[in-house]
Amino acid sequence: MIKATVYVTIKESVLDPQGVAVQGALHSMGFREVSSVRIGKYMELELDTDDRFEAEARVKAMCEKLLANTVVEDYRFELEG
Amino acid sequence: MSQQVSAKEPTAEQIAEQQIYKQMGVSDSEYELICGFLGRKPNYTEIGVFSVMWSEHCAYKNSKPLLRRFPTSGPRVLMGPGEGAGIVDIGDNQAVVFKIESHNHPSAVEPYQGAATGVGGIIRDIFSMGARPVALLNSLRFGKLESERVKYLFEHVVSGIAGYGNCIGIPTVGGEVVFDESYDGNPLVNAMCVGLIDHDKIQRGVAKGVGNPVFYVGPPTGRDGIHGATFASEELTEESEAKRTAVQVGDPFMEKLVMEACLELIDTGIVLGIQDMGAAGLTCSSAEMASKAGNGLELYLDQVPQRESGMTAYEMMLSESQERMLFVVEPKDEAQAMEIFERWGVICAKVGKVTDDGRLKLFHHGELVGDMPVKALVDECPIYDKPSTVPAYYEQNAAVDTLRYEEVTDLGATLEQVLASPSVASKAWVYDQYDYMVRTSTAVRPGSDAAVVTIRGTRKGLAMTTDCNGRFVYLDPEVGGRIAVSEAARNIVCSGAEPLAITDNLNFGSPEKPEIFWQMEKAVDGMAEACRVLDAPVIGGNVSLYNENAKGAIYPTPVVGMVGLVHDTDHITTQSFKAEGDVIFLLGETKAELGGSEFQAVVHGLTEGRPPQLDLAVEKKLLDAVLGAIQSGLVRSAHDLSEGGLAVALAESCISGGLGAQVDFDTTLRSDVALFSETQSRILLSASPDQADQLQEFIASRGVPVQRIGQVGGRDLVIRVGGASALNRPVEGLKRVWEDTIPCLMK
Amino acid sequence: MKFAVLVFPGSNCDIDCYKAVEDTIGEQVDYVWHTATDLSAYDCILVPGGFSYGDYLRCGAIARFAPVMAEVAKAAEQGKYILGICNGFQILTEAGLLPGTLQRNTSLKFRCHDTVLRVENNANPFTAQYAAGEEITIPIAHGEGNYYCDEATLAELKKNNQIIFRYVNNPNGSVDDIAGVSNERGNVVGMMPHPERAVDRLLSSEDGKKMFTSILKAWRDRHESASVR
Repeated sequence: MIKATVYVTIKESVLDPQGVAVQGALHSMGFREVSSVRIGKYMELELDTDDRFEAEARVKAMCEKLLANTVVEDYRFELEG
Repeated sequence: MSQQVSAKEPTAEQIAEQQIYKQMGVSDSEYELICGFLGRKPNYTEIGVFSVMWSEHCAYKNSKPLLRRFPTSGPRVLMGPGEGAGIVDIGDNQAVVFKIESHNHPSAVEPYQGAATGVGGIIRDIFSMGARPVALLNSLRFGKLESERVKYLFEHVVSGIAGYGNCIGIPTVGGEVVFDESYDGNPLVNAMCVGLIDHDKIQRGVAKGVGNPVFYVGPPTGRDGIHGATFASEELTEESEAKRTAVQVGDPFMEKLVMEACLELIDTGIVLGIQDMGAAGLTCSSAEMASKAGNGLELYLDQVPQRESGMTAYEMMLSESQERMLFVVEPKDEAQAMEIFERWGVICAKVGKVTDDGRLKLFHHGELVGDMPVKALVDECPIYDKPSTVPAYYEQNAAVDTLRYEEVTDLGATLEQVLASPSVASKAWVYDQYDYMVRTSTAVRPGSDAAVVTIRGTRKGLAMTTDCNGRFVYLDPEVGGRIAVSEAARNIVCSGAEPLAITDNLNFGSPEKPEIFWQMEKAVDGMAEACRVLDAPVIGGNVSLYNENAKGAIYPTPVVGMVGLVHDTDHITTQSFKAEGDVIFLLGETKAELGGSEFQAVVHGLTEGRPPQLDLAVEKKLLDAVLGAIQSGLVRSAHDLSEGGLAVALAESCISGGLGAQVDFDTTLRSDVALFSETQSRILLSASPDQADQLQEFIASRGVPVQRIGQVGGRDLVIRVGGASALNRPVEGLKRVWEDTIPCLMK
Repeated sequence: MKFAVLVFPGSNCDIDCYKAVEDTIGEQVDYVWHTATDLSAYDCILVPGGFSYGDYLRCGAIARFAPVMAEVAKAAEQGKYILGICNGFQILTEAGLLPGTLQRNTSLKFRCHDTVLRVENNANPFTAQYAAGEEITIPIAHGEGNYYCDEATLAELKKNNQIIFRYVNNPNGSVDDIAGVSNERGNVVGMMPHPERAVDRLLSSEDGKKMFTSILKAWRDRHESASVR
């Protein structure tokens, strides 16, 4: 069993309206040191395999095909187990 | 009877000794009664089942004697209170199904999910009758739109309603939002759904036919919302913030699938009984279905789809997981039913059987873990006739002279001040978040007197509105109750429809307080009387009690949801002025009535005195005359006078029409009183110049006072009162004030 | 002419699209389930609005993998007419049949109201009966209608005349006020506003009608010239 943790975020070059809103809220609460907020998605996948090499390739394909929209989103993932 | 359900659960003895039933809202005397019905002490699962079935939410134990005072039948009523929703005939083998329900307490704790699941629940009530839901409305109350907490509640309740309704694809076409400090910490979130049905498709929640299988439909059961029904029947305290687990999470996508699959199933004609799992989930739906058929029911809890592991019988019976239904078919039709749910990707499982012993029996892990008489659960909850006392504030208000305030002279500025009151200001910020157009039948959108939804394949339409002025009900519950029903009817008539019936949502404080019970009693009397005179019976509704915060009870708020029939889409009328030169008429008499008015609250910061009076015979005459005039094609615009009186009504008709008006109001009243009095039974009409005389004659001949007060035109709203200039403001400026208020506060 | 209205779990404007075809041009129209594997009988495919699969991962992201989408790609390839409205537009961009993507509105709120659109390209089969630059009133109802594409793609869109509609008052933050685009060939169009909600006097605007009459005329013209040959 391998656990994959996938992070999907909006690309640096693309406006993240949610991030902007949260940054504004933090500022108004006095957290002035916040210079940027990016909001993304966090996903946990459990894979029925022990082959790390295969898992790596499969999760990458999942991200490319479904989990992220690569037009506007970046992704990265970690494998453990 | 198995006593070893779970090591964690107290035994029947412990429940008795430690009075654990009290934590579930069961009183000592009720506990004694339950022991009598069972012939022994209830185990943990059984006392849990009884506690929700005997809660105010399910049993109406504090309000039943009052609800009996409502007229509930009429020539058009096909189904009155008692089922999921009431049904009214609209001709051509069609009928309209509607109901309103509250989700106040869940929304106070978790506004997004509380509001969303409130919408989800009322939609299930409608489609479980076999009807296609065609519109949603709501009625919302919040504290003053100043504190961060109120803004948070407001923002998230609105987005919860939007999130659910938009996703499932039912337009949210109307509603009301009122802000008043009496609702601080205890917002009201009432959701209403309207559906259409053919007469031969009407379903009932009955478990018919001994031996027939009982099916569970929808997502697996989790531990969400356990004790939601009891939660709804308690006062909100700091403790309830900690009870967050009692709030369920909604999944509108799942509900859309469940709805489509259930409507398809009903269409096949094989369903014998169907009911949604609302408050008290599996408990309430199974007990009620068995009770209505005079049967018993066995549930095999191991067969109930479960989201979490290790759930106990108690947890499964009390879970309020959303989007679930229960239905009964004959064994021969099982496969057909299963095929439909499979195609829609919805879980469907056989979880029980109809029996003839009149008992609800629960089996878990092969053991009988609960065995209760259905009749005791559904019908034997004690009904309480609470003591009632006239509150001191009511007596004191009799002496208040609402004309003692100094006359306001800058009436233009005052009008802007009233238009900028969040309760009066434009609610576009709210309804632009709702998809009010999906299904492409919305002929009158949110913002006019009543919304109108057309009925495809006919020339007919349905007008719908929700109304209640809690200040008036507080100041005089009986008159306020009359006003709530009458104002709803006025809105329906102004949109060109004939009032059909109402559904009511009685939101009050704690019935344990005699002063609150008095408010309930009087308000119900006022409403019942109005329903009788205006031919609009009550076909269903909901009661929400214990709406209190640290400062006491909310204003008594019996919300009226009314539906009317537009006989021909040509009759559809809106409040906006239509053309330059159109003649403006004021119908009804204007008196010096400022008690409970928006003017009194906004300008003087007070809510005192007696509210405006209302003569139902006068109201009925007015409604008949206006509807007749509209149906005769004499009316270009119609607008009910409510919060803010004549001045606000004129301003709204100007703003929505993008036109000015020159008004000369002949009266002996003081100008500020004349413009802002909230005297009831008044309507503003406009007519084209060539029909103006005919309209005036039509109205006058029906014994309704009518005054030609001016004409539409220009860019300014110019008003003279009693021959003297009173106010002169550009409509564009009024519009800005009215439109910008809520967006500015919510920035 | 035969129309297909696709139905995904969670579609909710399917019925509106169906009614609009019936009411505006009276041509044959069928609901086609997301599991269908043959669209050869249809001349025009409408991908309706709604919340397919709840739009829980990303709007349109799951729907694009429904079996019927392979057929939609095939139909696009064959030059058949395809119109994606709202969620349908999101699905077509996710499927790569249209450029760009739709993000959350800059207001972060769902917005439902009338908008005024300018017809930027009336040489498209869906817009031929509008005048160039004509301003039409069509409602929007979306939370994620903020059109985004990178600068290179935007330059391409402009060069190929693929921008079909622009908002006169941008309601959602869309790049270059874009409300609707086509593929390079012009037979696949996606738009956030709902023309099917603007086909009746009672619904406050009839400006969407011409999209349906345009496509019928385009089909007839093509059909007739084919039969003349």
